[in-house]
Amino acid sequence: MASQMQLEEAEKPKFYLTEEHHPEGSTMLGFWLYLMSDCLIFAVLFATHGVLGRSYAAGPSPADLFDLPIVAINTSMLLLSSITYGFAMLQMERNAKAETLFWLAVTGVFGAIFLALELYEFNHLIHEGAGPTRSAFLSSFFTLVGTHGLHVTFGIIWLITLMVQVAKHGLIPENKRRLMCLSMFWHFLDVVWIGVFSFVYLMGVLG
Amino acid sequence: MSSHPHAPAHEDAHNVHHGHSNGHEAGHGTLRSYLIGFSLSVILTAIPFWLVMGGVFDSKLFTAFLVMGLGVIQIVVHMIYFLHMNPRSEGGWTMMALIFTLVLVGITLAGSLWVMHHLNVNMMPMSPEMMKNMP
Repeated sequence: MASQMQLEEAEKPKFYLTEEHHPEGSTMLGFWLYLMSDCLIFAVLFATHGVLGRSYAAGPSPADLFDLPIVAINTSMLLLSSITYGFAMLQMERNAKAETLFWLAVTGVFGAIFLALELYEFNHLIHEGAGPTRSAFLSSFFTLVGTHGLHVTFGIIWLITLMVQVAKHGLIPENKRRLMCLSMFWHFLDVVWIGVFSFVYLMGVLG
Repeated sequence: MSSHPHAPAHEDAHNVHHGHSNGHEAGHGTLRSYLIGFSLSVILTAIPFWLVMGGVFDSKLFTAFLVMGLGVIQIVVHMIYFLHMNPRSEGGWTMMALIFTLVLVGITLAGSLWVMHHLNVNMMPMSPEMMKNMP
């Protein structure tokens, strides 16, 4: 009996807990996961537009409505804001506060121009009688592009908040982390916009 | 792993060479990488707009194919040069999350378009007049 007990004791599995390489700074990973879930929202909206994008209900089609030169200017605004945010990040790594703030401000201006053009376009469409209630195509168009515009709006609010933070507290590690999160958010919005101008505008006008 | 005892040492040397701890957080760009990414995306944006606005090709299908293809390439360019994606960041977890999301996006898009296309095909044809009279 005793020997059996000893045997069981010997066969008991042993666990070696090795605390190996716990990744620090997981904020970036967490934020990346948020962006991926945001990506799913946009994927669903893109799928909706893919399904409804040709249901004009005898109303206007993309070729009648979309003004491609404005879309091209809009696209370049967002692209320029992406590169200027990149410059801000490079200045942040150099711990140059004034330059970082300058490039953040430039980014904000480009973002604001993008939003203004988009609102002008929406306003123009609604006044032409091509509002979101006109057809399934326009409903899905306004939902998709509007959601993207809403993201840019909140990105700009976030940007201004961070500019105030950096101006008040300087480039402390917390602010650097926040700026890196916003960097990912901002570049992610540009990635979504690539899908919007290719799939919604260019493919729409193509018919 | 045990058959390649030199591999980890190599990787360490690699990390030291680049001067900062890779694998912890997303890598940082350099001025050069940002400018490369920017010029690539300008080109990749200009071409599809030119294709559609200039009506370069007669075949709409071919143009559509090119527009979507260039869009996908531009998304990859942004991922690499602006979002600094690489297989090592965060111990590979960002890449895993990205692949998982891409699979879900693929299922969502392809599934929706496929199912709804079949529904449309099997619907009774409807004239615009009938549609106008719908509740």
